[in-house]
Amino acid sequence: MASVDKFEPKILAFLCNWCAYAGADLAGVSRMQYPPNIRAIRVMCSARVDPVFVLEALKRGADGVFIGACHPGDCHYQTGNYKTVRRVILMRKLLEQLGVDGKRLRLEFISASEGKKFASAVEDFVKELRELGPFKK
Amino acid sequence: MKNKKLKIAIYWFGSCGGCEVALVELNEKILELAEIADIVLWPVALDFKYEDLEKFKAQEIDISLINGCIANFENEQIAKMLREKSKVLIAYGSCACFGGIPGLVNLATKEEVYKIAYSETPSTINPKFTTPQQSYKADAHELELPEFYGYSRALHQVVEVDYFVPGCAPPIESTEKLLEIAKEFAAKGALPPKGTVIGSEKSVCDECEREKAEKKSISKIYRIYEKEADPKKCLLDQGIICMGPATRGGCKARCLNANQPCIGCMGALPEALDQGAKMLSALASIIGIEEEKALSEEDLKKIIDKVADPAGSFYKFSLPVGIISRKHTEKK
Ligand code: SF4
Ligand code: SF4
Repeated sequence: MASVDKFEPKILAFLCNWCAYAGADLAGVSRMQYPPNIRAIRVMCSARVDPVFVLEALKRGADGVFIGACHPGDCHYQTGNYKTVRRVILMRKLLEQLGVDGKRLRLEFISASEGKKFASAVEDFVKELRELGPFKK
Repeated sequence: MKNKKLKIAIYWFGSCGGCEVALVELNEKILELAEIADIVLWPVALDFKYEDLEKFKAQEIDISLINGCIANFENEQIAKMLREKSKVLIAYGSCACFGGIPGLVNLATKEEVYKIAYSETPSTINPKFTTPQQSYKADAHELELPEFYGYSRALHQVVEVDYFVPGCAPPIESTEKLLEIAKEFAAKGALPPKGTVIGSEKSVCDECEREKAEKKSISKIYRIYEKEADPKKCLLDQGIICMGPATRGGCKARCLNANQPCIGCMGALPEALDQGAKMLSALASIIGIEEEKALSEEDLKKIIDKVADPAGSFYKFSLPVGIISRKHTEKK
């Protein structure tokens, strides 16, 4: 249990229906432990994550945005995740110009069988965000 | 209202003066304006003191036409006064509508702005780093300057705005339309619905006559000076960043007709929340599609790094109305 004064980052996660969400689900049913800092939104494809969502999430109080996608080559819609990779690269560049640490946007490839990878990616992101501190102020 | 001459005020805040020139572009039609209206306030052309504005009663001015963004205390105070004194308040030009180019000041903090403007520019010698102070005592006088906020805002972020006329400067067609609106108002007291934007509901691409590729894909991004663009083909298809897909039309794509890319002056599309994010998404979607499976993240970074200034390119006119509207300072 976290102590009261410890900063608990809020993470908004967009998880694709076919891989990352299933991976997160697996982590759940396998009772893997990972920090409860994440609020997940299931999207059909990681490419559904409009850059607007990322900006809006940060503006509305998220300290970090996590995008979970299928591994390259595994996208249910063939190439959605490639698009996501490109957007994330450009998005990070934009965020840095806006004075936001690009690390606040994280992209992970997680297959339906990688519950463990999901849990450790979340854990790692939480750690990183703790070091960065809260987004607001 | 009928047969009475309208009282029109024209005012400027943080702007370049181009919008004032755009009004003069009405040419002989300016006589039609003179027929229906008296210009009661126009600092660029007529002598103006604060008292001149103060003497107007509430709503005494029929139309205030305002260009420029809100960058300092004086801008804000006068905007509020004009709002109170006017029946109709119009944001004229991209600075008033979205913050415009002076809105890019929001990419820096106030301290950074002062450092650049009063020390680092090559033409500045200022060893003591003297910067504008809000008040200064000279002999017996205390002089005051309005506070510079260090960031800019669009007009509607400070006062209620009735109509928006985007464009840098607004295209003549928009100004003519505005004249028609003023005539209707003078003749019948009729006005368009509040919040009307004078422009197209579609994108610049929709007005652009260039030949567009069926499936967009670009393998390399060029700065405008690096390539002789084919004047018939879509610039984006040729790897030149063109803001057309993320920008409201209404300008007849005049920049494209001059073989220049759209730089986004008409602002976001009607349904879009954020012009920059929309353009970022459109561009990232088509980079390197052809070989997307073969490109590593490193390869992609190299291609994408050619977008030298995403914030400055995608939000050239609309940063203050973007979702993240000014530089955030990370606590490190
Ligand atoms: S991207 Fe630019 S050049 Fe291409 S169709 Fe749109 S406005 Fe025209
Ligand atoms: S093409 Fe773009 S930059 Fe040129 S006038 Fe139209 S909206 Fe403005």
